[in-house]
Parts: sequence; structure tokens; C-alpha cells
Amino acid sequence: MNHAKKAASFIANEARTDWHDQALWFVREKRDRAAHAIPEWEALRELASQIKAHTLSNLDIYLEQFEKQALKNGAHVHWAIDAEEHNHIVHRILQKHQVRHVVKSKSMLTEECHLNPFLEQQGIEVIDTDLGERIIQLREEPPSHIVLPAIHLKKEDVGALFHEKLNSEKGATDPKYLTEAARQHLRSKFLNAQAAITGVNFAVAETGSLVVCTNEGNADMGVHLAPVQIHCMGLEKIIPRQADLGVFTRLLARSATGQPITVYTSHHQQAKVGGEMYIVIVDNGRSEHLGRADFRNALKCIRCGACMNTCPVYRRSGGHSYGSTIPGPIGSILAPGLDLEQNSDLPFASTLCGSCSDVCPVKIDIHEQLYRWRQVIAQEGHLTRVKKWSMATAGKVLASPGPYDFTGKMARTALNLLPRFALYNGLNEWGKERELPQVPKERFREWYKRVRGVGNE
Amino acid sequence: MSRDKILTAIRKNKPEAQAPPELPDFRRADVDLEKIFREMVVAMGGKFLQLTEKQPIETLIAEHFPNEINIASAMPGLPGSINLTKIRYPAQLEGVGLAILPAQFGVAENGAVWLTETDCGHRALPFIAQHLVVVLKKENLVQNMHEAYQRIRLDGMGFGAFIAGPSKTADIEQSLVIGAQGARSLTVMLY
Repeated sequence: MNHAKKAASFIANEARTDWHDQALWFVREKRDRAAHAIPEWEALRELASQIKAHTLSNLDIYLEQFEKQALKNGAHVHWAIDAEEHNHIVHRILQKHQVRHVVKSKSMLTEECHLNPFLEQQGIEVIDTDLGERIIQLREEPPSHIVLPAIHLKKEDVGALFHEKLNSEKGATDPKYLTEAARQHLRSKFLNAQAAITGVNFAVAETGSLVVCTNEGNADMGVHLAPVQIHCMGLEKIIPRQADLGVFTRLLARSATGQPITVYTSHHQQAKVGGEMYIVIVDNGRSEHLGRADFRNALKCIRCGACMNTCPVYRRSGGHSYGSTIPGPIGSILAPGLDLEQNSDLPFASTLCGSCSDVCPVKIDIHEQLYRWRQVIAQEGHLTRVKKWSMATAGKVLASPGPYDFTGKMARTALNLLPRFALYNGLNEWGKERELPQVPKERFREWYKRVRGVGNE
Repeated sequence: MSRDKILTAIRKNKPEAQAPPELPDFRRADVDLEKIFREMVVAMGGKFLQLTEKQPIETLIAEHFPNEINIASAMPGLPGSINLTKIRYPAQLEGVGLAILPAQFGVAENGAVWLTETDCGHRALPFIAQHLVVVLKKENLVQNMHEAYQRIRLDGMGFGAFIAGPSKTADIEQSLVIGAQGARSLTVMLY
């Protein structure tokens, strides 16, 4: 129970947990306001879901079309079967251009591939340029959210970090001042970078375009200043036509932060004059996931983070508790596909309330997949002993009227009579942070008989 | 080769073919494009200015950027103080205080303007400049992103971007700060 353990350490600081919970709920509410302002919102979600379903069912064709267009545009196209190959391809490109300094904009894919530590081992400086990413890079931490990487931190944490690493004033905590300090620091990095790496939001098969969305402008500062630009994309980023961007650009930012669009929506087709443009298309388990009929819809994800902002478990356990590159509900259905045993606790880090599926802009059946992963995990024997035993016992009791009646009566009596220490101890996981419910005097069947007269027995 | 391995795996694992949906453009009748556009530019943190005969670009620039001396302009007939034809490397644009650029069109639903490499002269200019002014005709407003993409031809274009408002971040405690890595302000001038 890795998630539960890490979540316990997160909620040890109650004030911070409450802040985290409310900050993310605030983003969820902004999303609601933005969505409600668009009368065709639900139609857009349905269109996005259908476009993605169509794309996944023709993924090979669209990838080949994309490659052909990108080559026509003068870009270099590489294919990586896994994270290791992706990292080696990027390294070879950098070696070819004798690059020592790289700037990188936000990319969950390069996080997934652990590109930064790999390049650093080869003696290459990699600077993350999104403010939140730079903060966690300086702290040597992974992001805790895919859109708000440093949402687990307070301004005091950032102030202390910048004082130590960027020489900002001691004790400064004003977000404006700290952002300005980062701006000055990052400008010098942009001007000295020999190559820029970006993630990709959408890759258009029809035109060979790579669309990159940011609010800070950091991806553009990197790409347009450095001679070499490298775009790393998971192969599910493909969409068929330019016109499809109309649907996705309307959904992405509204779902992510409640903005009507990101500040910058950049369309890269060709390298700048005198520059080189590289595209790395990465599989890393995605083609295999496509074969899992019950779970392939997860490949529709456009990484907006809406499912995290709304999730009652995520908001109160923090992104780091999941231990996977992508946390939250979507991470909990993607991670088991990559390593079932390692991530077997994640589909249980959910109340199955379904809020994630309700806000998902591409209508992924997230909570249903969470439920289905639980079945797979049980079948493959990855349940913990306590869970296996308690589920088996409960199953037997609930299936047989005699023992069910007896257990119910016992519980009603015992819960009223037993002292607290007997009820709230290590065996009662549920009672750790909560009170057990008040025990009713009688069971529903008895109440019904009494109130409504003689039953039908 | 990984390319073939990946494509073979996809062919084996992909679901049954599903048809693509028809894309409506969700345009509405009787929409006050100018009003919505103006409101959205401001909502995204930008400034909106109306150009008139009495208030031409030169006057408004002098009024709103009185102390700016490093001006790069890609507007025909409006020379800045920086000669853009002399720029060899994008890093040479680092000193630009204000860039004045023509936008092809604007999008009412989100206040975004569409800029292309050809219009800007240098790809880096809209991002590296400390402040940005974009100028566009009021005839060139569209309702939404569907209509916007009908007006664009990405095929054959080097680079183009929608820009909506100034550079911003809320990465520190969700506090909105204007002026992250790109332009610190965006002024949209409509004529």
C-alpha cells in the first residue's frame, strides 16, 4: 500500500492539505465556469472523443502520413520503441550538433523517459523552463501535477529555494518578485542554449504540424532562440486534420485551468532559417496498450489535468503519493499498463465517484477503467493479503442470509458496547482519520416490519 | 528497426475502424464580434485600443509607451528604432523593448490573434520583446477556433501562433503573475 503510506505523510500537515485541496477545487470551479460559457461544450467533448477513437483505429496510417508530411517540411523524424531508445536518440542529436546546454519546456513524455538524468550523466546541462518545472528541478523532485507541477509547494518554500539557488533576497515570498527572479535567470539560459526540447500537445497528420501550448511562452523562447529544436511526442498525440485543432484548442485550456485558450498556441512546421528540426515519436508501451480493449481509451488523454483537480483522493493525497509520472485518476489507469505489479495499489486510490469521467474533455471512462483494473489485479494475484482475506470473507457473508443476519446483529451490539481502544486500533484502517458511523438500533428489515406493519414474509 | 516494429504492433492491436465525425463550426447569427473580442482580450490580461483617424498608431504608441526607445516594428509604413533587416541571430533581439506586429485575424471567443513568421519577420520577436503591440483590422475577426482554422493554411507555413494576452504563470501558490518568460504586456489595436 504505497499510495496509502505516502498519502499519510502528505496529510500529516493538515493546514497544507486543506490548502492543496481548496486550491485544486478552485481550478475545478474555474473549469466549470469556462465550460458552462460554451453552449456546445458537451458536443465538443463528444466530437473530441470520436476524433480520438477514429485516430486510434487508424493510428498506423496517420503516423505514416504525419511522418511523410514532416519529412516534406524538412524535419528529421525518429522512432523510439522505448524510453531508453528515446533518450539515446536525443543524445545522438545533441552530440551531432555539439550541444552542451539545452533548454526544455514541459513534457510529461521526457519525464516518463527520465531524459534529464540521462543527459546530465552525459555532461549536458538541461534546464526546465516552465516556472513550476524549474522550481521542482531545483528541488530535485518530480512534478506532483501534470499542469501545475509545483502545486504541492508554498511560496515560502519557493522563496527559500530561490534564495539558495538563484540568489534572490532572503525571506522574499512575493510570487511577483520570485517570478521576476526566475525570468531573469531563465532569460540568460534561453540566450545561451544551443538546443531546445519541447513536448507536444497535438501532431497533425495532414500538415506535419506540431502544436505546443504554454502560458509562459517558455517553449517559444527556447525553440526560436536555439538553432536546434527537438520535439518529443508520444505516438498518441496524433490527430488527423488541421480542422480537428478547432475542437481540441477549445477544450484543452478550459478543462485545464478554466482559460478560454492558452496564452501561446504555437504551430511548428519547418525549422527556422539555418536551424534544424527533429521529431522523436515514442511508443514506450503505447502500442501494447492499444491492444487492451478495456483500457485503450486512456490513450485519448490530452493531458489537461482536469481529472486530478476534481478527484477527492488526489486533492487530499497530493501527486507524489501516486509514485507514477502521471498521478491522479488518469495516471492510475495508465500506470498499471506499464507495470501491473508495481502500480497495483493505484486503481484502489479512488472512491469510484466518477467525477473524473464527468470532467474529462475526451470522455475517457476513467472510473470504469479503475474498477476494471481492480478485477485484473485481483485475478493476477496482486491484492494485498488483508484485502484478499477481507474481500473473500465479506463475499461469503453477504452471499448467505444466515451468517449475514448473525454478523449484522453482532456488529450492532459490539459497536455500541466495545471501548474505543478495541475499535480504533491498527486493524481498523477505516477508523484512522474518521469516526465509525452511529449504529442503528435495528436493521432496515426490522424497521420496515415495524413501521409498515407485517412484511411479506 | 523500431519504426516497423511500432507500426506492426499498432496494426495488430488497433481496434476496428471507426469513422471520423463531421465537424460543425458552431457559428451563431447576430454576434457582436467586436464587443466579445474586446472583452476577451481584456479578460486574458491584454489591453484593447481602438485606432481612429484622430488616434493613429503613432499617437497611441507615443502615449502608451512614452519612454520606449527600443522599438521593433513589422508594420508596413511604421519604422521602429531597430532595423530588423540587420538581425542575423534571434538572440540579437534581446534588447527589444516593444514589438509592433500585424496580426492576420483575431478570435472573438478567446481574444487570441494569429501571427505568422512571414508577418513578424522573426519567429522570436513576439516572445522575446518586453512588450507587444498587435494591430489588426476589425473586418478580420472570427467567432471561434473552428472558423479560425478555416482561415489558416498550415501546410507550407514555417511557423504561426495564436497569442492571447501577455505571458503569465500561476506556478507559485496559484497566484497569477503577468510577465513570466514572454512579453510583459499585450496591447491589441483594432482599426
